[in-house]
Amino acid sequence: MGVETKILEEVVIKFAGDSGDGMQLTGGQFTNTSALFGNDLGTFPDFPAEIRAPQGTLAGVSGYQLNFGSKEIFTPGDLCDVLIAMNSAALKVNLSNLKSDGIIIANISGFDVKNLKLAGYDKSPIDDGSLEGFNLIKMDVTKLTRDAIEDIPLGVKEKDRCKNMFVLGFLYWMFDRPMENTINFIQSKFSNNEDVREANLRVLKAGYHYGDTTETFTTRFHVEKAKMEPGTYRNIMGNQAVAIGLVAASQRSGLPLFLGSYPITPASDILHELAKYKNFGVRTFQAEDEIAAICSCIGASFGGSLAITTTSGPGMALKAEAMGLAVMLEIPLIICNIQRGGPSTGLPTKTEQSDLMQAIYGRNGECPMPVIAAKSPADCFDAVFEACKISVQHMTPVIFLSDGYIANGAEPWKFPLTSQLDEIKAEFAKPLENNEKFLPYQRDEKLSRPWAVPGTKGLEHRIGGLEKENITGNISYEAQNHEFMVKLREEKVNRISDYIPLQELDNGPEKGELLVVGWGGTYGAIKAAVKELLTEGYKVSHIHLRHLKPFPKNLGEILNNFEKVMIPEINNGQLVKIIRDKFMIPAIPYNKIQGIPIQKTELIVKIKELLQ
Amino acid sequence: MADILIPDALELKLSPKDFQTDQDVRWCPGCGDYSILKQVHTILPQLGLKKENIVFISGIGCSSRFPYYTNTFGMHSIHGRATAVASGLKATRPELSVWIVTGDGDAMSIGGNHFIHLLRRNFDVNILLFNNQIYGLTKGQYSPTSEENKITKSTPYGSVDHPFNPIALALGADATFVARSIDRDPAHLQQMLLRTWKHKGASFLEIYQNCNIYNDGAFEIFTEKATKKENDLFLVHGQPLVFGNLEDKGIRLDGFTPQVVSLTNGYSKDDLMIHDENDINKSMILSRLYEMKSEEYIFPKPFGVFFIRDRSTYEEVMNEQINTSVGKLGKGDLDKLLIGKENWIVE
Repeated sequence: MGVETKILEEVVIKFAGDSGDGMQLTGGQFTNTSALFGNDLGTFPDFPAEIRAPQGTLAGVSGYQLNFGSKEIFTPGDLCDVLIAMNSAALKVNLSNLKSDGIIIANISGFDVKNLKLAGYDKSPIDDGSLEGFNLIKMDVTKLTRDAIEDIPLGVKEKDRCKNMFVLGFLYWMFDRPMENTINFIQSKFSNNEDVREANLRVLKAGYHYGDTTETFTTRFHVEKAKMEPGTYRNIMGNQAVAIGLVAASQRSGLPLFLGSYPITPASDILHELAKYKNFGVRTFQAEDEIAAICSCIGASFGGSLAITTTSGPGMALKAEAMGLAVMLEIPLIICNIQRGGPSTGLPTKTEQSDLMQAIYGRNGECPMPVIAAKSPADCFDAVFEACKISVQHMTPVIFLSDGYIANGAEPWKFPLTSQLDEIKAEFAKPLENNEKFLPYQRDEKLSRPWAVPGTKGLEHRIGGLEKENITGNISYEAQNHEFMVKLREEKVNRISDYIPLQELDNGPEKGELLVVGWGGTYGAIKAAVKELLTEGYKVSHIHLRHLKPFPKNLGEILNNFEKVMIPEINNGQLVKIIRDKFMIPAIPYNKIQGIPIQKTELIVKIKELLQ
Repeated sequence: MADILIPDALELKLSPKDFQTDQDVRWCPGCGDYSILKQVHTILPQLGLKKENIVFISGIGCSSRFPYYTNTFGMHSIHGRATAVASGLKATRPELSVWIVTGDGDAMSIGGNHFIHLLRRNFDVNILLFNNQIYGLTKGQYSPTSEENKITKSTPYGSVDHPFNPIALALGADATFVARSIDRDPAHLQQMLLRTWKHKGASFLEIYQNCNIYNDGAFEIFTEKATKKENDLFLVHGQPLVFGNLEDKGIRLDGFTPQVVSLTNGYSKDDLMIHDENDINKSMILSRLYEMKSEEYIFPKPFGVFFIRDRSTYEEVMNEQINTSVGKLGKGDLDKLLIGKENWIVE
């Protein structure tokens, strides 16, 4: 029986299994291999907050969705073409997200009596005909894995840990992918453990050969390289891009990098990543709590370092008072908030854009800070670099917003080289001789004050959180002065709009019926939806905001060019309120608050509705 | 303390006056803070440090106004967090002389967490805790060092809280230098300030400070002529623990239990506990001495250096890691980092 190869433009695969089944790693490997092959792609890891939720339960299902193609990819995809279900629970959780003619690869031993019961199935869905219409591939991954490494002296538990490699090998066969990348990965990851290394390698190959030699599989799929902008690419995850962006900002400013952070999901990976870069002079300080994390940064910044604190919503709340201090001190500081579902502990591993109000307004007093948001994993690099630039050049703390979705998601990145990156100009106050009086709150045309670091002769001065007199920095409780200073600090932040690029249209006509305004991680879905609608002849445009405070100067003008403005957000409507307030337009919200990204298809439905 | 005077100190020709600022000092008349400020200004010129290399960081409270009155770099930060701010500064600028000025509310209550963590990490900073056993700036509530049953504005029926013992807390947090002094003994306070500065590592100096508005007389028995000799025990390394009006009493150890003995009645100095600043167990006993109960006698309050130990500072080890990493991998190459490990080319 011959094997037919079908050419596909785009495929969505969901790897789903128990938290301990290694689905994140399997998905990550398939992603890297596809990226190196030259596909465009988008990924979405989706895992429970529990490290090891009870095995076999619905709560313990960990998923990794990958969308790859020979065309431009903007999202991890809506519905899946292929679902890997390592157990019954994984099938139950993900089945509704599978295309009606999709492929299910089911691990038989994950559908035994115990697993079925844990997932709440009365009968086995892989045997009772209920999956009719889907292309169901049943394989006993557990048994096949054990058989492949029977002679390797490892315990059953350790052997079973290799079963994700069997699935990966099979998928490499099915999608006509080389195994080299994963072979190299296994060799380096397990370089110190021969048995585990050998077992993983053998199981990977066994999976591949299973597809090759078992005559039951008649179709393979091939996804050609994507036609992307020429250049050199690498695969990058959002948090990784933040870390590299921060190192780049440190190098391009000549300022030593200091990270003060307290572990919190989904921001911790930035701390992990930066802790590796000691040879770049990076100092990482794992503080005792969120407050100490930001306060240590204030100390480091006072001393002349590029100081960063990374956190997520609950940590952001704890840092609020110290952010106010940084605003009063007028020193550089970057607060990275990798948003997650809230309030309180909320949904630690799920994505949400619900800290925008907190970022813009969430402090005591009139406390303006610039806010910048990244739109995709690779964009995290540029956005955080720009956050550093604004912070240093305008002497102000800056909030950088990302979210769980782009933090853990990956995409191809046409990375820049050092020479293509802007220089960040840090201006330090010069030493003073002959008892000349230093004026710490003397301002330049940007309204920013000098960065006067300890150790510089003649600059001895005292600053703090109390209201101060402009220029001298002396404490002042004078009525008129306070109003003046509040307005001055606001104007200083607003003036940044003179130094940032004008807002550009991402897609669609410059004027018309409907403008979709997005910010942050909804970019891919909006981009894909608008693109598709434009090819179908609909009149719709898209802008995506990186600068949320201050807004680009031409934003009002753009908004006024459209009859309707729609704002999709993964929250209960936050940017929409700010836009309504600032521009007095009846912007229309589209909100999804389920801890998952907005999908292209639902946006298309909503946009069509508005265009009627 | 002549041994810590370095020759440069004289060349700099700084005087206490050089450390005063043009700001009006706004503490209440008669506040113990004035004396502490004066003693700090007195010792600063002796350190051989340039003014620009000294940083005072404070939190919130009466004591925390201190930086405004000292002509060095200074930051009046937020409540309880001076320790955290100082940690970040010291981690990145190890060459600076960093001083933290805090109070019993600031360091023991809202900032308790940062306080213990700074001590265990052992940043080379000097912590001056002005302990007046009351909340002054918020106008008279009990503090975490106030005694039990204390009547204050917020505790009209007496405080239910059991107080912290700052010395014992610092020892428990593995501080590498722990000492106590008092505002009304300028000579001792200067001596302790110099030793606090001299120690490399996190140095903790508790300074009893009289709040003459809300807690006047809290330390009177340790400062008044009539009572102080019977109640103060001055710790001197290598010396027996002697106190009393006629230097006629001493502290003797019975196993692990301290007792007050009379030197005129059977015991001699040879029988007494010898102060050993390097002995953590003895220091722990001394930290609790005053709280010891006995029907026969009252224990005195120790002043001086309880404990001192050498341990690597956080910033030393942190910088060592960086240097080792640069030595091993070479200075970071940004292009290499940007390019990463695996690439593909689209033509």
